[in-house]
Amino acid sequence: MTKFVKGNEAVVMGALYAGCELYFGYPITPASEIAHGAAKWFPMLGRTFVQAECETASVNMMFGAAGAGKLCMTATSGPGFSLMQEGLSYLAGAELPAVVVDVMRAGPGLGNVYPEQGDYNPAVKGGGHGNYQSFVLAPASAQEMCDYTIRAFKMAAKWRTPAIVLVDGLQGQMMESVALPDAEEPRPDFSSWAAQGEAKTRANLVKSIYLDAAQQEEFNIHLQEKYARMAADAEGTTYLADDAELLICGYGISSRIARTAAETLRAEGIKAGVFRPVTLNPFPRAQLAAAAKGRKIMTIELDAGQFADDIRLNLALAGLGEEATRVKMVHRMGGQVVTVDDAVRSAKEMLA
Amino acid sequence: MKIIEQKGMYKEFPRCGKPHARTTHYCPGCGHGIVNKLVAECCAEMGLQDRTIFVDPVGCGVFTYYYWDAAHISAAHGRASAAATGAARARPDAVTIAYQGDGDLGAIGFNNAFQAASRGEKFGCIFINNSLYGMTGGQMAPTTLEGEKTTTTPFGRDPALTGHPLHVCEVFNQLQAPVYIARVSVADTKRIMQAREAIRRVFEIQRDHKGYALLEILAPCPTNFGMSPQKAAEFCMNEMEKEFPLGVVRDTEKGVAGVEPVKHPESQALAVKSVPRFPTCMELFATPDGTEAPPVEDDPAVPERRFKFAGYGGQGILSLGICVAEAARLEKRHTLWFPSYGPEQRGGSASCSVVVSGMPIGSPTVEHPDVLVCMNQPSYERFAKDVKPGGVIIVDATVPLAVEPPQGVKLYRVPAIKMAEDFGVPKAANTMMLAALRAFKATGLKDDSLETALCASFKKKPQLIEKNRELLRRAEEELKS
Repeated sequence: MTKFVKGNEAVVMGALYAGCELYFGYPITPASEIAHGAAKWFPMLGRTFVQAECETASVNMMFGAAGAGKLCMTATSGPGFSLMQEGLSYLAGAELPAVVVDVMRAGPGLGNVYPEQGDYNPAVKGGGHGNYQSFVLAPASAQEMCDYTIRAFKMAAKWRTPAIVLVDGLQGQMMESVALPDAEEPRPDFSSWAAQGEAKTRANLVKSIYLDAAQQEEFNIHLQEKYARMAADAEGTTYLADDAELLICGYGISSRIARTAAETLRAEGIKAGVFRPVTLNPFPRAQLAAAAKGRKIMTIELDAGQFADDIRLNLALAGLGEEATRVKMVHRMGGQVVTVDDAVRSAKEMLA
Repeated sequence: MKIIEQKGMYKEFPRCGKPHARTTHYCPGCGHGIVNKLVAECCAEMGLQDRTIFVDPVGCGVFTYYYWDAAHISAAHGRASAAATGAARARPDAVTIAYQGDGDLGAIGFNNAFQAASRGEKFGCIFINNSLYGMTGGQMAPTTLEGEKTTTTPFGRDPALTGHPLHVCEVFNQLQAPVYIARVSVADTKRIMQAREAIRRVFEIQRDHKGYALLEILAPCPTNFGMSPQKAAEFCMNEMEKEFPLGVVRDTEKGVAGVEPVKHPESQALAVKSVPRFPTCMELFATPDGTEAPPVEDDPAVPERRFKFAGYGGQGILSLGICVAEAARLEKRHTLWFPSYGPEQRGGSASCSVVVSGMPIGSPTVEHPDVLVCMNQPSYERFAKDVKPGGVIIVDATVPLAVEPPQGVKLYRVPAIKMAEDFGVPKAANTMMLAALRAFKATGLKDDSLETALCASFKKKPQLIEKNRELLRRAEEELKS
């Protein structure tokens, strides 16, 4: 079945196929269509939709539902995502699977409802307190908003950590064709650790507290080892990158602008290619390094340089310190989108 | 030594870090210790340990998972009621009990507790009121008495600056949904026996899935009161009870003398009983809703074409864009539709972009449209200059052409608004524009696809389908002539 729907609606469809049983959410533009779709479709499938009183409640309701062993999700945008940071830390600290969709808008503060990618650091670096990480996926189309929501649930369950689907307001509102899966995902069994209110789970305890410093350190080491293993599920893709002189890096919507910019540059005889991280955490460092070695590098992003800094960091950690120092950025903020013209002009300036 | 087993509690408390610990962490004379015993006993005596999910707070109650032999979820500070909502919704067959203190419930988490009560969530909330923050170091809580000295009210609580004690039961009693609201105390034996009954009632209500229950328990905190256990219990009875009277405030099942019971309704929407089996995702989304489309097919021979539609909100601009997108997807093209959104859509100009291509679409934004359809002056002035050389502008005849179109751009002035009025359907100006797009071959799409898409757009108002089909054809004839 193929549907022509908004990215935000595709998220709900993906969540349902993934086996998500509970949706907790507080409305916020430009993410509200996710709540609208969930309010309609979850009950139609016998699943649960709860409109929470605030985002703090949404994320803590997820803590309870995930702690009780069910797949659950919420969706929000910038200000709501900020409110959820404490909850994300608790979810990660209790090793609970849950999915948060952040449809980014412009900030800081109230900002506006137009697209930005300014939540990169809080999503990718763990915006709450303590040493934790979420699994972060960056779809670039309505199809991927469906597919990667499904993958987010799988990764959350596999790694027992929150998964974040990081998109922007433009993607949420954009309608495209979405081919739906042929089958629902099997429901995972969390009875080894969840508090399910059944005899077999009576001894289970879901917590993030270790009063003893040595135990808390041991737990932190366990988490860090887990996050290191998570790198096996990193993914990055390239486009026209094999012989590229210039590598344009971007994620989400920016990767699509990069794609058109690379095609435009190629049409003018300039060898441009694209590197796109599909997972932002774990970051596909090896794939980036393979595509970037010896190339000039430009990022396209809708923020002040959070993404470019991460590209530099990953290049440096991959031993490409020289490439890292050469990274240039073309960016817009405040709800403005980088145009293909901007990107092409900047690329030519870089190569001149 | 003979070990006396405490019903409902673990035999030993290794979770506290000491392998064979047998004592709780509570101070001598602390109300929590008594309540912990009562809750554990009740859960065990009612045979509910397997079914129970305890949601533990932050505060002195945080370590109930050391003691109570049942499953636990240890929540964030103030969020036990939100977490209990999640757990109870996830496990409707379980007995979910949130255990919270007066800083946790009364201050940081008040709204979560209040809203959960207001929704009638199916969990029981046991709320310990000891008039201050215990574990954090004896600071003022919303329940601190007037004049009471705490570490943050060293001169006594001054109502002029910090308000008056918060009466949680009485506030929650304003809500319609709760089944049970009561206040008890554990300051002496008689009161402990009453508390025991009340705790039992909370478990009964959860066992039978009746709804939300709140039990406030006045509890002494000798350590932070700076009193002996006996003096603390006396403070609890003599001072706290003056402010917080004991008693059952509400019991909609059993009734309370002098209180009219208020019933919280059962859900009527999609009642599980009325649905023999819920559909699968595949069944749900196979049901036609107008969004289904044939699968997209790559075709490198079909060039990319970018459209911008703009006008005033209410002129049907977004629908016109959707109609073109619909036609494109009928032809299995890669298609993308994107509206202006947010406050922009409330009054003033609206616009949308459509990209149609034989191959996957890169940038979704339409900076340089191949086709611009404009129904008002501000939109024309904003977008006309960006149209690609070789492109097309179709603009309503009412729009003054204050700006010259770019070189190499073909401009059509179409009296869409007037034609629609002349046809007696002023709302159909967008259909007139679709006719123009078809007449001037501006879309690269088949005439049939556009007509089918137009008809599909009136799916919810089938009586308008034939009218619009006729309007489309008449308008096209008129424009061609």
